[in-house]
Amino acid sequence: MPVGGKKQSPVAVELEEAVVVSKISGREWDVSGAWNRMFESRVLTDYSYSKGLGKIAQLDGGESLEYCYGCGKCVPVCPVDLVSEYGPRKIHRKVQTGVDLFSSDELWKCTTCGNCLRVCPKGVNMIEIMPAVREVAVGDGKVPDELQGIFEKTFRYGNALGENPRRRHAWTKGASVPIRVLSSDPTPADVLFYVEDYWSYHPRGQQAAQAFSRILTRLGVDFAILGAEEKTVGDSQRLAGEKGLFDALVEDVTATLGKYEFQRIVTPDPHAFNALVKEYPKRGFTYDVLHYTQLLSPQIEKMNFVNSIDKKVTFHDPCYLGRHNGEYDAPRKLLKAIPGIDLVEMGRCKENSYCCGGGGGGMWLDGFNSNHLSERLSERRVREAATTGAEILAVCCPYEVSRFEDAAKSTGNEHLRVVDIAELLDEALGGVETV
Amino acid sequence: MKVRRIEKGGALKIVVGMRQLADLVEELEVADSGVDIDRDFVKFVSNEWDEAALEEALLIKEAVGGEVVVIALDEPDVDQTLYSAIAKGADRAVKIVGVEEGWTPTRLRAQLLSKWLKSEGDWDAFLTGVQAADDLDGQLAGLIGATLGVPHAAVVSKAEPEGSSLRITQELGGGTLSESVATGKVVLGIQAGRQAPRYAPITRIRQAMSTSTIETFDAQEIDLGPGPKVRKIYPPQSKGQATMLDGDPVEVAEKIVELIRAKGLVR
Ligand code: SF4
Ligand code: SF4
Repeated sequence: MPVGGKKQSPVAVELEEAVVVSKISGREWDVSGAWNRMFESRVLTDYSYSKGLGKIAQLDGGESLEYCYGCGKCVPVCPVDLVSEYGPRKIHRKVQTGVDLFSSDELWKCTTCGNCLRVCPKGVNMIEIMPAVREVAVGDGKVPDELQGIFEKTFRYGNALGENPRRRHAWTKGASVPIRVLSSDPTPADVLFYVEDYWSYHPRGQQAAQAFSRILTRLGVDFAILGAEEKTVGDSQRLAGEKGLFDALVEDVTATLGKYEFQRIVTPDPHAFNALVKEYPKRGFTYDVLHYTQLLSPQIEKMNFVNSIDKKVTFHDPCYLGRHNGEYDAPRKLLKAIPGIDLVEMGRCKENSYCCGGGGGGMWLDGFNSNHLSERLSERRVREAATTGAEILAVCCPYEVSRFEDAAKSTGNEHLRVVDIAELLDEALGGVETV
Repeated sequence: MKVRRIEKGGALKIVVGMRQLADLVEELEVADSGVDIDRDFVKFVSNEWDEAALEEALLIKEAVGGEVVVIALDEPDVDQTLYSAIAKGADRAVKIVGVEEGWTPTRLRAQLLSKWLKSEGDWDAFLTGVQAADDLDGQLAGLIGATLGVPHAAVVSKAEPEGSSLRITQELGGGTLSESVATGKVVLGIQAGRQAPRYAPITRIRQAMSTSTIETFDAQEIDLGPGPKVRKIYPPQSKGQATMLDGDPVEVAEKIVELIRAKGLVR
């Protein structure tokens, strides 16, 4: 068992006492407690196909669950299985044997991290299955309360935190550099900095947004933000099953983007990045989109580092930047460029990176899922980071600072600082003093 | 448009009164008039007690059938509230138009809603939130009951169908509950629903927006007669009277006791 913590023990379905009766001789064997104790046989035909796998298979996106042939490759790579019982194979089996996924708590545990799809020979695609089944559940009102609140806030305010939309760019005040808001100065910009929710409103995210703005200013990038007009791109809400909300957001976001001229969109949020690269084009809206690490990494030469950060640093790959969109190098290049940093990798990194638990709506389901997991995925990940001996856990997804900082506290790893790469870069470039 | 009464044993026609309130996510400011908040830049949301009333109405309809009608004054962002109600299962939505902009005193609101209720006639129960953040009088349901001469119950936490009547549970304070059965028409001020308000999927809200229409009803001239008038609205004033007590817990406890004595609160 890698890295501390424990798996939640499975619920035993076996009979405590079992007697097997021969149909021929009538002889009875008491097999209670035997290592090879026999269980009541499960006859698959006892269960309804049309209410189980069949019902999922006919959903748009739900087709692939029944492709599973039980090889089991997906289970050991599933981050949720490490703290519970999960993975497509187990879900497939449960549905096959009568569990109604539409109303089961199991439906909300998958973070759509994509690690199972990477190894599945049959292409069982949880990234499509989960949103499809969840959409039906949401339509039937079977949605966890925490998540319902997030959907309502997102619909009402355009951000998942339920914050005042007019205060979306309040963070710019502390940036120490001028930041152009397109609504007040709509001249064309090279880079549209799509700040997204957590960099806009979360106090630690705001610090990263300020740091990133200082870096852009130092590099002489012509950038601007949407300010109060910005709404979340909505990818995690989509994956959590609120497709209607996502469609509404696509309409609003693209209408706003249509008002302004810019060359490319740069966002710190891998979830926004994912949607803008993969989902918006499906609806006819294509933009040139970069994750902020992709904008910065080719410009390392131009960076004038004045401080050295003499620390051992480990890096957590965001699922939606790495596994989902294949970008593993840009963040590492940036970290390696910072003078003094000793970058150490965790056992699970790059393609096999562990999930922070925040994807696919998991960000908003910690309370709901706590009944079913032995610990949070973020806690498991922080333990892993701590065993590398790192003093800093570097991240480049706005969900992660808050998740990992909480986890560092709850696992007694307060010494591990959780810092966004943008903040590390800014510190090495001299912080507020050099702009 | 009028919808015929659904003829079915025990089916009830329930009207839910909803109202819009300034969203507290905003920083409220007093308008220049000094007697209202500045409404220009404020977002409006529906009153949470009204949402509980709607949930209760929908539960009744699910149990015995019938019809749920939501009604509101034409207040900012009210359409979103009405369409969400339809998305959740309400059958009709009505908006009373022609009301003067700004804050509507509860007495006026009660008269306007009563006019519609009178003209509609064939409803069985009127449910609305027992209170609202901007409700000076806190008596909407009571006033409507009195105006129409229909029995009224306040602080209702359950309204369950029983034949063609409603069994009503009220909170009487101090943890005491009372149960009664309302036969015939009734007006209820809802404190809480039997369950948390359900979720209206956005797809369904959008569907409601494109497929259903909100009926309108013209506000009628109303003479309220004498009554209280708002003279001034102002944010709570901080008096700066907090005193921090230093020292270890025992010292602090002694100081607190001294203070309580000095103020004559205990002898
Ligand atoms: S997507 Fe990730 S969390 Fe979901 S089942 Fe696959 S491996 Fe597990
Ligand atoms: S890897 Fe694919 S085929 Fe194999 S058990 Fe998992 S879901 Fe089934």
